[in-house]
Amino acid sequence: MGTYIIRRIIAMILMLIALSMLVFGLFTLLPADPAALTCGKSCNPQVIAQNRIRLGYDKPIYVQYGQFVKGIFVGRTYGSGNATFECPAPSLGYSFTKGDCVTDLIKKAFPVTATEAVGACILWLITGISVGILAALKRGRWQDRVATGGALIGYSFPTFFIGLVLQYFVFFKFRIMDYASYTPFKDDPVAWFKAFILPWITLALVFAAFYSRLTRNQMLETLGEDYIRTARSKGLTERVVIGKHALRSGLTPIVTAAGLDLAGLLGGVVITEQIFGLPGLGRLSLGAALNSDLPLIVGTVMVAATFVIVANLIVDLLYAVIDPRVRLS
Amino acid sequence: MDGVTFGVDKGRTLAIVGESGSGKSVTSAAIMGLHNPKRTKITGSIRLDGEEIATASPERLRELRGKRMAMIFQDPLSSLHPFYTIGAQLIEAVQVHQDVNKSDARKRAVELLKKVGIPNAERRAGEFPHQLSGGMRQRVMIAMALVNDPDLLIADEPTTALDVTVQAQIIDLLRTLQSEFGTAIILITHDLGVVAETADDVAVMYGARVVERGSVRDIFYRPQMPYTWGLLSSLPRLDQVGGGRLSPIPGQPPSLISLPEGCVFRPRCQYHQYVPDGRCDTVRPMLDEVVDGHSARCHLSTADKQRLAAERLVTTQKEGA
Repeated sequence: MGTYIIRRIIAMILMLIALSMLVFGLFTLLPADPAALTCGKSCNPQVIAQNRIRLGYDKPIYVQYGQFVKGIFVGRTYGSGNATFECPAPSLGYSFTKGDCVTDLIKKAFPVTATEAVGACILWLITGISVGILAALKRGRWQDRVATGGALIGYSFPTFFIGLVLQYFVFFKFRIMDYASYTPFKDDPVAWFKAFILPWITLALVFAAFYSRLTRNQMLETLGEDYIRTARSKGLTERVVIGKHALRSGLTPIVTAAGLDLAGLLGGVVITEQIFGLPGLGRLSLGAALNSDLPLIVGTVMVAATFVIVANLIVDLLYAVIDPRVRLS
Repeated sequence: MDGVTFGVDKGRTLAIVGESGSGKSVTSAAIMGLHNPKRTKITGSIRLDGEEIATASPERLRELRGKRMAMIFQDPLSSLHPFYTIGAQLIEAVQVHQDVNKSDARKRAVELLKKVGIPNAERRAGEFPHQLSGGMRQRVMIAMALVNDPDLLIADEPTTALDVTVQAQIIDLLRTLQSEFGTAIILITHDLGVVAETADDVAVMYGARVVERGSVRDIFYRPQMPYTWGLLSSLPRLDQVGGGRLSPIPGQPPSLISLPEGCVFRPRCQYHQYVPDGRCDTVRPMLDEVVDGHSARCHLSTADKQRLAAERLVTTQKEGA
């Protein structure tokens, strides 16, 4: 187990290095001159040349990459003299369109995305799993049909459609509440909740649809297992048979799916954040892509990739805890 | 299913034999109340120690399951929950029916594991089913079934999934435990060797009904109907010289959805021409008592049966020679 984890962590680091090189390669592939993007309207050849030196774009690509990696560990200082600008470790670079360190931008955006993703995840797990169990137990009856139909509708609609429809009904048609822009929890918990409730529902609907199907199928498969028959033949109550014996094995794959889905969302929920105006990682990376803000693109991609890779490791380890048959080696 | 009638006394073993799809397992599921109530309807009577259980409430059946009647299954690996230790599964079985605390339940569980011959029972109780061998797993299943000292144990092909050497051990174990606990056993199998070794009484099933019933000696030495003859002829024998071919019963078992009219074995029976008026095609034979405690479902007359049985014996021996 110990060596397995070490091996996996080494593989993880190698993967991140390869990925960072790949994303960094964008600097050379893109026809845009990063230095020319730094000054907008006030650009003139002198400023561009100055900025190029200041941000290190005059150096060959491998030197730039070396500086980037070094920055992660020791931080980075741009420019010299009075115009120095420092991005402390772990520095992922300096965003010239935002005029701020990439790490700081991500630090600011991450809690928003995390709140959105985790909240939605809790919501979709609760609804998806309970609907799925209900559908499995009432297989073929109206409850199952409603759940199946609802799930089909749920994942047929894209998030932007659900999000906009929700906004229309909640804000305009029925005026259940006013539009609330993002407010940190510690400033105003009510406003915070108002800003997040619709994004949570939007995201959760799509995922809950998928999870209810997954749970239903898992439960049906498990309920047909021999050990469920054994559990019944022991005289266990139906509640224990389903709530303990069937659920324990039926939910194992759902843990995996949830871990990976959550990790994917933590890297940024582009569409939902955009629709609801949440200043999260998704919006940050979308803005970076639209503005060709290369350091920010590299930073956000690295963060998102790290989440997915780490989540993979966690899910694998968790699986060994849940299923005693799994031997990690 | 129709006309399934049998009984088993305390301390005795009834074997239900028959080929796949003859209704053996459905019968046992119905006794345990584990049949699908939507697709199965039970008419008639199932009694456990005088208590009618065919019409018992699901809750009453649940109380009886595991306590008064228990069951072991064909494949012990898939029949044990892969995520719980065998100790936990046994303790659970104790605690459903007995109001004891966990440590007492654990003691009982380990005691039973020792009884079924699990070495290091204490330590083994903390292991998961996949860490045990097939024979050990079936021993665990037996321990779990007997943990509440049931009156009736239904063993649904308990040795089919095991190695031949292990099969003998499991059968021995069942016999030993039976004499100790006085349990009545219903042994469902298609292995006539196992039947000869363990059973007191035998019910032969074909086409979802009992076609012959009697003591193990009756069935093996004085079988009263062509299907049982066929079953016995299809067995390899050690008491005959030469490597004669086994004689299978021609044809396929009937589909239980569309059973033939008349005798269900008629399409595969070589002897129906001895029955007058084509009654085999039109009349369902009853389970008639031939001699005391031995009944069979066949239209052949007693004289014909004796003659044909004698001829059959000669033919088998000739083939063997």
